[in-house]
Amino acid sequence: MTELELLQNYWWLLIAILGGVLVFLLFVQGGQSMLYNDAPEAARQLMVNSLGRKWELTFTTLVVFGGAFFASFPLFYSTSFGGAYWLWMLILFSFVIQAVSYEYRRRRGNLYGTRTYDTFLFINGFVGCVLLGVAVGTLFFGGEFTVEKTNILNSASPVISRWADTRGLEAIVSWRNLLLGLMVFFLARTNAALYFINSISDMKEFGVSLRSRVLINGTVFAFLFIGFVVVLLRAHGLQYENGSFVVVPHLYLKNFITMWWFIPLFLGGTLCVLWGIYRSAFSAVYRKGIWWTGIGTVVVVITLFCIAGYNNTAYLPSLTAPDDSLTIANSSSSVFTLKVMAVVSLVIPVVIWYIWYVWSKMNNKPLTLRELNNSDHQY
Amino acid sequence: MNDLISTVDWSRAQFALTAMYHWLFVPLTIGLSLVVAVMESIYVRTGEERWKGITKFWMTLFGINFAIGVATGIILEFEFGTNWSNYSWFVGDIFGAPLAIEGLFAFFMEATFVAVMFFGWNKVSKRFHLTATWLTALGVTLSALWILVANAWMQNPVGMSFDPAQMRNVMTDFWAVTFNEVSMNKFFHAVFSGWALAGVFVIGISSWLLWRKRNVQAAISSMKVGAWVAAIGMILTFWTGDGSAVAVAKVQPMKLAAMEGLYDGHSGEKLVGLGVLNSAKKPGDNEPEMLFEISVPHGLSILARHDMNAFVPGINDIIAGVDVNEQGDTINTVSYAERIEAGKRAHDQLREYDKARAAGDDSAMQAAADSLAKDFKFFGYGYFSSPEDAVPPVALTFYSFRVMVFGGSLLLLIILIMVWASYKKVSFLERPWLHWAGMLSIPLVWIVSQAGWIVAEVGRQPWVIQDLMPTTAAISDIPASSVKLTFWIFAVLFTALLAAEVSIMVKYINHASKGNIEK
Repeated sequence: MTELELLQNYWWLLIAILGGVLVFLLFVQGGQSMLYNDAPEAARQLMVNSLGRKWELTFTTLVVFGGAFFASFPLFYSTSFGGAYWLWMLILFSFVIQAVSYEYRRRRGNLYGTRTYDTFLFINGFVGCVLLGVAVGTLFFGGEFTVEKTNILNSASPVISRWADTRGLEAIVSWRNLLLGLMVFFLARTNAALYFINSISDMKEFGVSLRSRVLINGTVFAFLFIGFVVVLLRAHGLQYENGSFVVVPHLYLKNFITMWWFIPLFLGGTLCVLWGIYRSAFSAVYRKGIWWTGIGTVVVVITLFCIAGYNNTAYLPSLTAPDDSLTIANSSSSVFTLKVMAVVSLVIPVVIWYIWYVWSKMNNKPLTLRELNNSDHQY
Repeated sequence: MNDLISTVDWSRAQFALTAMYHWLFVPLTIGLSLVVAVMESIYVRTGEERWKGITKFWMTLFGINFAIGVATGIILEFEFGTNWSNYSWFVGDIFGAPLAIEGLFAFFMEATFVAVMFFGWNKVSKRFHLTATWLTALGVTLSALWILVANAWMQNPVGMSFDPAQMRNVMTDFWAVTFNEVSMNKFFHAVFSGWALAGVFVIGISSWLLWRKRNVQAAISSMKVGAWVAAIGMILTFWTGDGSAVAVAKVQPMKLAAMEGLYDGHSGEKLVGLGVLNSAKKPGDNEPEMLFEISVPHGLSILARHDMNAFVPGINDIIAGVDVNEQGDTINTVSYAERIEAGKRAHDQLREYDKARAAGDDSAMQAAADSLAKDFKFFGYGYFSSPEDAVPPVALTFYSFRVMVFGGSLLLLIILIMVWASYKKVSFLERPWLHWAGMLSIPLVWIVSQAGWIVAEVGRQPWVIQDLMPTTAAISDIPASSVKLTFWIFAVLFTALLAAEVSIMVKYINHASKGNIEK
């Protein structure tokens, strides 16, 4: 393996880890989609405020995920973002309206009323999860694009990456992408219910049964997950062999077999998620389910990214011109940039440490209504 | 072709719109993070509870502004991909790195410690909280550093080479990219202007409190901190602005010429203080440059080259490739006509390289690559058909520069008066003209700040990367109608959110000031 290949693999792994952490942190969005309910206002306040203290971590992780993709695989950034314009724009709009909603929803003079901002949170909760899932779906099921670098010399029409006229809308209506999107959505809702159980002192007194939500959302998620895995393992993929791309039936299944070490990781992660759901749904007191599902979510998503990108697999297959498909080899930054960024990535453990340290101090006790009422910064 | 131009124009409009909205909130975030850190330091040091109340008052305003700054910021990063996809490939190898570093070093720091600022008062010790507040300010500043490194690199592309095999630029020297001669001035100029803006914001709100005779002691205390931060910020902004002007004169002389509306340069060039441009003036004609002007003799030579007799080239000189060196000798640089020829040659050589590569002809590839390397520094000119294509909008740059400088000077005067006044007797601070000066300085400082951004960004047009890539070549393959639609969505959405932000701030200030801010 050359130095460039090593760095490309390393950066794909970092992208996979960021993707995994991002999907886990989407519990914030999942929670936002659960705010419309018949629970008393006090219960809703606890839910909003427990989410409001974490929304920026999810938001920041999304931004860093984008930045890391830009730095390490710029051709993906150029092709997917510039091509699937409406898909990404809808995702971005949903995050724009989220970013102000916590701070503004209950402020005097917010002009549009609390309900509008809560609707913004719901839209972000639903659209953000589903469409991010759709975007990840294109990594397996492809997009309708071409890449022609010599176009840059054509003054009248210089764009190198071109997408179908539907500009990403076709990805949104692809049932396979939607299946993944809905799976992410229900996973986020499941994780949100588990997060509430862990971070809020007691919701029972408000008549809110979080454990039944874990069970319902977790069950829907499990069925969607099984469906997605079946579709994925049966799917054809594109692999780069001897100078061109070839269609390989059941490519992702074969990738699992070839890179067998991902099988125990994938199964272990899946079991963690299921165990977290089961323990929390059928216990009256167990509060730590979020840790099981969180770890499981991160591990499963990492393995999915790895089988999408490793083994000369096209991680963004072109349905229009297979030879224009993107792999980690043909879309990456140069060896110098990847090396610089690899040095920069050494700071990641420090970042994780201080986030952990700060939140262990801030979250050492579950949020109570009393604490909330005494706080001078409420959402 | 027409649709391409339309897409380019709408994409430029959208980027300008989103960047200018973002720039409404960012300088306040930068400066206010410092203001609250200073106030909280006073609280921790003196132990006076009133400073805790004052800190919380300004921290709340910081939080209201921070949220919308985050909301408008996410778009900008992703717009490089959605609307400028060619750019993302052509220089993503270099440009992506500072964006990723910004996220890793700055955004996580902000996101983590800002939560301690707001929710940690009763959960962590005083000193831990103060540390978190300072780390938030540091995170905000680091964010500015990396995004301005990226921006400065676009204006002065260094530390890179062109890889013809991949038809893109690759980084060769990270430190040259980070510390290029534009970036540090740009970074400090932007950060100090943020301090000045936030300081003026504090002065303005404090003036309103004094005018309404509410929380007078808190207002005076806030005024002292705000005025000092503003004064230091504004003085340093002028200082770094001078450094920026010298850098612009060196690496973007066309931008400097546009800032001055200067077509024909001279030795000992005057600086137009106030003036009205002749809108009929075009490069190469004999029309007068100005319809009216009040000038400072030798001013531009001093500003641009720190030499009162230095020659400063105008637009016609730059197009013709004429300059005068320090010894006073006329020298010929490369004219724009020659640059266009060189750019087109570079394009041809790249085509030749590609053909040779397809044919597997290594020697032809090497020959094409060698020829390309000679002309590559003018690669972007190959997209132009005439030298006038490479001239930025002169009027907007010229007038924005004057708004920035004169507005900034007026603000400096007001700020210095406020520093002085805040140490006078309370009776002096009760003068309504002083209150009104403080209050009116709030809109003025935002106008000045936006004008500065216009000078920097409009003045560098038509380049997205100086000399290498014009905006027309940086675009995505999107119909103009789609970009037009997203432009209007952003325009409506951001305007609605701005209205909400201002309304919330006004209500909060009004409501909080009816009680005791110091508690």
